Amino acid sequence: MAKFRPSSNLPSLIVVFLLAGPVLAGLAGTVLPAFGYLPVLGARELTLAPFAELFSMPGLLQSTALSFWTGLVASLVSLAIVLCFAAAWSGTQTFQRVSRFLSPLLSVPHAAAAIGLAFLIAPSGFLARLLSPWATGWARPPDLLLINDPYGVAMTLGLVAKEVPFLFLMTLAALNRPEIKSHTKVATSLGYGRMSGFFKVILPQIYPLIRLPMLAVIAYSTSVVDVAVILGPTTPAPLAARLVVWMNDPDLSLRLAASAGALLQLGISAGAILVYLLFEASVTKLSSTRLARGHRMKSDGAGRMAVLATMVFIVSAMCLSLLVLMIWSLAKSWWYPAPLPQNWSLSVLSMALMQTPQIFGTTILLGILAALISTSLTLWLLETKTNAGEQVDHRLRTLIFVPLLLPQIAFLFGLKMLFLMIGLDGSFTAVLLAHLVFVLPYAFLALSDPWQRLDPRYARVAATMGASRARIFFKVQLPMLTRPVLVTLAVALAVSVGQYLPTLIIGAGRVVTVTTESVALASGGNRQITAVYAFLQLLIPFAGFAVAAAIPAVLFKNRTAMRLDA
Amino acid sequence: MNARTLHNQKGLILEDVSIQLEGRTLLELDATIEPGTVLTVMGESGSGKSSLLDFIAGFLKPDFKATGRIILDGTDVTTVPAQERHIGCMFQSPLLFPHMSVAQNLMFAIPTEIKRRTARQSLAAEALEAVNLEGFGSKDPAKLSGGQQTRVALMRTLLARPKALLLDEPFSSLDQSRRADVRQKVFSIARERALPVLLVTHDFEDAEVAGGPVYRLESPATEPQ
Repeated sequence: MAKFRPSSNLPSLIVVFLLAGPVLAGLAGTVLPAFGYLPVLGARELTLAPFAELFSMPGLLQSTALSFWTGLVASLVSLAIVLCFAAAWSGTQTFQRVSRFLSPLLSVPHAAAAIGLAFLIAPSGFLARLLSPWATGWARPPDLLLINDPYGVAMTLGLVAKEVPFLFLMTLAALNRPEIKSHTKVATSLGYGRMSGFFKVILPQIYPLIRLPMLAVIAYSTSVVDVAVILGPTTPAPLAARLVVWMNDPDLSLRLAASAGALLQLGISAGAILVYLLFEASVTKLSSTRLARGHRMKSDGAGRMAVLATMVFIVSAMCLSLLVLMIWSLAKSWWYPAPLPQNWSLSVLSMALMQTPQIFGTTILLGILAALISTSLTLWLLETKTNAGEQVDHRLRTLIFVPLLLPQIAFLFGLKMLFLMIGLDGSFTAVLLAHLVFVLPYAFLALSDPWQRLDPRYARVAATMGASRARIFFKVQLPMLTRPVLVTLAVALAVSVGQYLPTLIIGAGRVVTVTTESVALASGGNRQITAVYAFLQLLIPFAGFAVAAAIPAVLFKNRTAMRLDA
Repeated sequence: MNARTLHNQKGLILEDVSIQLEGRTLLELDATIEPGTVLTVMGESGSGKSSLLDFIAGFLKPDFKATGRIILDGTDVTTVPAQERHIGCMFQSPLLFPHMSVAQNLMFAIPTEIKRRTARQSLAAEALEAVNLEGFGSKDPAKLSGGQQTRVALMRTLLARPKALLLDEPFSSLDQSRRADVRQKVFSIARERALPVLLVTHDFEDAEVAGGPVYRLESPATEPQ
């Protein structure tokens, strides 16, 4: 039996350890206190008292319902917008133009997007200023609950604005396969309208690739904290946001109730996913009888325009929010209702950088280390698997996504307890490890497809010339994948910068990043300084993507086949 | 050790080679390819041609089972890693590394024993001259025509100093006029260097020009599914 090169499971083991370790230990560390076992606090008795305390909290039912509904509705609306848009416009120039706007929006951290949106739609926000006082008659900000509204509309909107770019990119990747394009042509030539052709022919083929990201979106949206703190209701707040407050309460006994709450949160997210799966099953069943009836729905012009309008609305809202963030971080004074600041200055920006350089430094260092470690590990894993003639098997693939399918809070509480026990709580290393749990899945997501698409014959041709495995990797595979590897590093950096909850909980206030700082400042009154930190949250990922785009352009200036369109 | 290997016979011997997939025998082959001669293997797609090449080059996927031995210049290489077999491969497409210049592609193949940069550069330049591509060293491989790319790929394969050549329809991507030209070049160089060549093709003209024995693989389509 001619085995090409020896197989190794070391990288798989490391990945499993880095992901399953924190998740399992974290879940255990959440479950035990939830049932009254937390020796640090002298609680050693298995009891249901923490749940009793949890359910006696005022407004708990409302918090639970808010988390469930805002998360589920935001996810469904995002998916509907993305699929309808892809159905109506994929393959057109308009589609390409909108993609160009949506892709960079993916790198915007949730917290920065939420802060930008708040500054846009608040009663004293940019939109109100544009319309006041001439149209609205408001000489001072009106007393309206446009953000933090009790039904969570603003929060849902904020989530939609962030999940649409994510689901869109997942759909784009799925659509980007040659056989999909030819199937579109077949449907069109059989006389099907664009949208009905997409839903009947294309969607059934690409949906399996969108499903897992969609479940991750539901898990995330039902348990989100940063967006809830900035845009969500306050009396009562959605569950996850309240849990963080209890966890940090000086009354340590509240920690037991918070752990019980984290299990309730797990139930809420699981419930939302279950409802979605039921919905998915009934749609599949309903559509199976309609698939072959031959309705072509050729005149879908009005529908297509409506979809485009919705998408343009979301993209403009996001872009405007980011613009407002930029204006605020450069504003010296900006009195209501002036549409633009009276005075501009770099002083707040430079003050933030000068006075707290460690916040900026920590953010970048964490991001770069997380990006390098996760990307190298992913490459190592993929190379080893390819080398052994294997695919990354289904179980490992699923495991890699598990951290994205669980509400973060459900295992972060427990993980914190673990780090406390081994004396790592609040350390840079602990925060880095926590970031890796969430960064690794995205690195894998970004890199496994390009790796799979690399023609394996290049490695073979190099091997027949006597090149060693290391030489093939560093001289052939890695350079050929320069672009996707750099993009993966940029994605990983962006994901790390965007991490709010892991940094907040594991960092314990001692490891502070621009993201935790901006959310902490958002509830205060100082818009300039909040905007500066939110703006920095944008700047770091954007810089990463800009570098990722610039390096190959310079490196491969004279290599036609290495260009983006090749 | 088998008696055949002790003779230190030059050439490529495929001794009782048989390849199976999921218990089904894809092909059986027992052949000796003398130095400077070509054995042509013909067959429809799906007949196991590529798994034969994979087995000889050392890339057979784990789900395939293979028995028999591959003996190259008197040495059994059946279990030797692909890197150490000294069997050069040319595929349907030239597979020039897109991130390297033409000369870098060629220098990638030159064994590391030749250390001096200038020596490596002049070897690459000579190789280009041999296929009438003088001065193409600094070019972007993607800017070359199909025929030019195939010629560079041939020289790249040869610069690694292989002891045998496997050709997996390397002419199929070329148009009719270039095809004869490039094919002629490949066979004459193989003859000059006394390399045993295994050519896989479904083009009768290829087989005719190669001049050696032709082995036909049965199409699996005749078997019940």
